[in-house]
Amino acid sequence: MGVMSRKDLLLFLGFTVTVLAMPIWLQPFGAAYPDLLQRFMIFGIFAVGFNILFGLTGYLSFGHAAFFGVGSYAAVWSFKLLSLDAIPAMLFAIVVSGAFALAIGYVSLRRSGIYFSILTLAFAQMSYNLAYSVLTPITNGETGLQLTLSDPRHLDAAIGQAAGGQPIPTLLGQSLGGFAGFYFCAGFLILAFFIAQRITGSPFGMMLKGIKSNQTRMNYTGFNTKPYTLAAFVISGMYAGLAGALLAVTDPLAGAERMQWTASGEVVLMTILGGAGTLVGPVIGAWLIKYFENIFSAINEGMLHRFFDFLPDGVDSAFVAVTRKFVGEGWFLTLGLVFVLIVVFLPGGIMEGVRRIAGLFSRSRRAPTVPGQAVRQPQPAE
Amino acid sequence: MIDVIFLQFLNGLDKGAAYALIALGLTLVFGTLGVVNFAHGALFMLGAFCAVLFRQFLTLETVTVDPSQLSPWGTPLEVRAPLVQAWFGDWGAVLVNYSVPASIIITIPIMLLIGIALERGIIKHFYKRPHAEQILVTFGLAIVAQELIKAFFGPNPIPQPMPTDLRGAADIGAWLGMPANVITYPIWRLIYFLFSAVIIGGVFAFLQFTTFGMVVRAGMADRETVGLLGINIDRRFTIMFGLAAVVAGLAGVMYTPLLPPNYHIGMDFLVLSFVVVVVGGMGSLPGAVAAGFLLGILQSFASMTQVKALIPGIDQIIIYLVAVVILLVLPRGLFGRRGVMEA
Repeated sequence: MGVMSRKDLLLFLGFTVTVLAMPIWLQPFGAAYPDLLQRFMIFGIFAVGFNILFGLTGYLSFGHAAFFGVGSYAAVWSFKLLSLDAIPAMLFAIVVSGAFALAIGYVSLRRSGIYFSILTLAFAQMSYNLAYSVLTPITNGETGLQLTLSDPRHLDAAIGQAAGGQPIPTLLGQSLGGFAGFYFCAGFLILAFFIAQRITGSPFGMMLKGIKSNQTRMNYTGFNTKPYTLAAFVISGMYAGLAGALLAVTDPLAGAERMQWTASGEVVLMTILGGAGTLVGPVIGAWLIKYFENIFSAINEGMLHRFFDFLPDGVDSAFVAVTRKFVGEGWFLTLGLVFVLIVVFLPGGIMEGVRRIAGLFSRSRRAPTVPGQAVRQPQPAE
Repeated sequence: MIDVIFLQFLNGLDKGAAYALIALGLTLVFGTLGVVNFAHGALFMLGAFCAVLFRQFLTLETVTVDPSQLSPWGTPLEVRAPLVQAWFGDWGAVLVNYSVPASIIITIPIMLLIGIALERGIIKHFYKRPHAEQILVTFGLAIVAQELIKAFFGPNPIPQPMPTDLRGAADIGAWLGMPANVITYPIWRLIYFLFSAVIIGGVFAFLQFTTFGMVVRAGMADRETVGLLGINIDRRFTIMFGLAAVVAGLAGVMYTPLLPPNYHIGMDFLVLSFVVVVVGGMGSLPGAVAAGFLLGILQSFASMTQVKALIPGIDQIIIYLVAVVILLVLPRGLFGRRGVMEA
């Protein structure tokens, strides 16, 4: 990798090691089980892809869940019609969601600012509503699209591989359950991160950042910005499709609720929380949200009582009464509060916090060891 | 045929009225403060829950055990007496019956307070920040508001009965000289439409015919100059935010008998209202109202069986489809001014 600078190489290697070693270093946090780790990877990919659009070009899409959902549906259809192998499903999902993103992006990118947000939102809501109603033959409506024993699976049939028993996605005949599934997803996350890193550093990435800081000036200097934004939109749509397909691989059931606008909002939250425009920020945001969603929604009243046991009796139940609004079912309340606080006080997300803290320790020079500083970006959304 | 069209037109009015009211508030906030408020749907929802709260308060009961009477199970009879009746006598029963319109009384101060607190507390800091950040912070506020409501009122819709006198349908056809029972329309929907017409008219009159409204309009046009004239425009804009919250809240209160409110009712309306605002043209008050009614009526026509047979699924997407077409053909919406939000 002679083309990468030393800093980029270090960041990439650090990221790879961190991801691959997750089953080990997440042990003390009680998060080192395959199901959660897989979701870490999947939503990490989703957020990295979203960041290519929002972080680099500043176009805030409120409809990215549509591509995620389309990727899921495409992957499940590939399992049903072609083969239970994951590779064709991935390819199929990326191609389909890319084409879908091309169509939506071509139209939506004719406008910018809030109009762009509303257009993407409108398209995503249309897809969601249609998936629930008239497209039921393709999406299976509210039940969700599932694998059945009677699926044709033409590719499998052609090579005489008739899977007996419950149909489960595989990779070249290997099962993708448990940690195998995690490493499969982790490979894709690392690849996705690598590509995003290369894009950020490339002239193409510079162009996107230029569009973010001043599109009019870009136009005046003679660049036609449209193909660049469209390319960013399609790439980020393909990332979303890939993430959706991976979710279908680990759990072959695709439902329309994945396309709802709350799901689009979630990926926006992840990116902002971590730090839009940075490379590792969105991934960290996705991990944190998924981690706390998992931990907080599992806490119940009994656990709170045990936790506040050391307090005197009356105070104890008062504390429990207050805190239980924030955990379990109420986890989204915590998320909303944290999110408001982040946007108000730390608009650059966690990565900006890291940068500020690092700035306190080394006023004179930029510490190259902090990953957040290896990728210096303009302030987000400006 | 004309009666079918007329009926669909009427059916669209109440939904259109709700869209128009929410969009009006959104536009007020955008026009005055320049803030894209994603929490506006949450204000609609909070208004609806003012009605729920008021009714729960009215139906508080005292339970006393009367040992001299026996219930069918042989245990001493529990006598439940609504507190309201103890306070107001027979008026109490009327008040409970009319709880939805009556809750307007508490909705106005509550929503005004919430609106002003929201503006002074958080949104004030976002005037100069990019629209993306405004969207994000108000989106977070909307999540907080709806989760708080969920924590206190539960996730299920809470039906609010309409007053018994106002149930049933009005025979509008007969009023207009058509044969009886050709066009009937639920009375409450008619009331909702008239109510929203009054509110919309009130807001416009307030802006058009009062000195306060004149200053606000001047501030919308050129905030800096108004400030230089020594007018405290910020305080007036804060009050306008409160007013927008009240309008959204009132829209929510009166809508409760038509659709039992749950905690995410606001989000469902917000997405549509944003589409309405954009279709009407960002920052244009008449545009917001016109687009609200237009989209409500279009939606009503799209859900006709004949239309659905022609284009399957059209009722699900019509609003978004119209929004996409209008945005692409008329980038500034129907009534938008040049230079507003053309980033």
